[in-house]
Amino acid sequence: MAIPDAVPFINLGWDDVLFIILSVVMIGSALLVVTLRDIIRCGLAMMVSFAALAGLYVLIGAPLVAAAQVLVYIGAISVLVLFAIMLTQTKAAPARLVFQTQAAPAAIAAAVLALLIALTVGATNWNAVAAPIRVGTAILAQVLFDQFVLPFEIVSVLLLAAVIGGIFLAKREKDSSI
Amino acid sequence: MSHSLDAYLILAGILFAIGTFGFLARRNAISMLMSIELMLNAVNLTIIAFGAFIASLKVQGSVIALIVLAVAAAEATVGLSIVIAIFRNKKTPLVDEYDTMRD
Repeated sequence: MAIPDAVPFINLGWDDVLFIILSVVMIGSALLVVTLRDIIRCGLAMMVSFAALAGLYVLIGAPLVAAAQVLVYIGAISVLVLFAIMLTQTKAAPARLVFQTQAAPAAIAAAVLALLIALTVGATNWNAVAAPIRVGTAILAQVLFDQFVLPFEIVSVLLLAAVIGGIFLAKREKDSSI
Repeated sequence: MSHSLDAYLILAGILFAIGTFGFLARRNAISMLMSIELMLNAVNLTIIAFGAFIASLKVQGSVIALIVLAVAAAEATVGLSIVIAIFRNKKTPLVDEYDTMRD
């Protein structure tokens, strides 16, 4: 049986339906990240949000960035965040007050920000093409290692500095000589 | 809908606003760092969307997004190390109890 061009019963294409599902999952889990009381669950919801965003990258035609998103964000940064949560949560500091006292003004400010961005985007003519352009990995590698080779090397030095700085900041000072 | 730049940009704007709210409203330092990660993801989605829909930015968008990804990893490493170092001294992850410089 052949797959139809549009989704049955609702008059939308398959990629539109995928876009809606991934957007709802991403925004919903992002809302959970900022509102849940249990911070471990916040970290897990953040992983779901990153995964949905990787799906959006595939949908928009950037598969290498999606793979890097899964590797770096879900594989590295989320695990780092979960470790930091487990290192810093104590029984003595219960999470009875999750939000600051200015949470309501912050919510209003964030809503105004989203509204402003939406209005600006709607009012601007971007000269966009009709369908997203797929970026192949070969052409991406050519541009990265030719035109952008200096930023690439600087980023590698930055990562080395971050690793050394992270070890230096997080190590215990008592049982070491420096 | 998935073939329009506006949809992706508005989606990124909503994600950025959610991250802003989390950064301003949460008390836990690690929650604030997670909100920063959400905002970085929103910016990355914007860059990728421009790269996919503006013909002259075709490959550069993806390259810049990859570099932003690496910088975000470095930022998370250093930020979480600082939070752990402060936690070791102050015994609390709540940012409104870090008031040493106020006295």
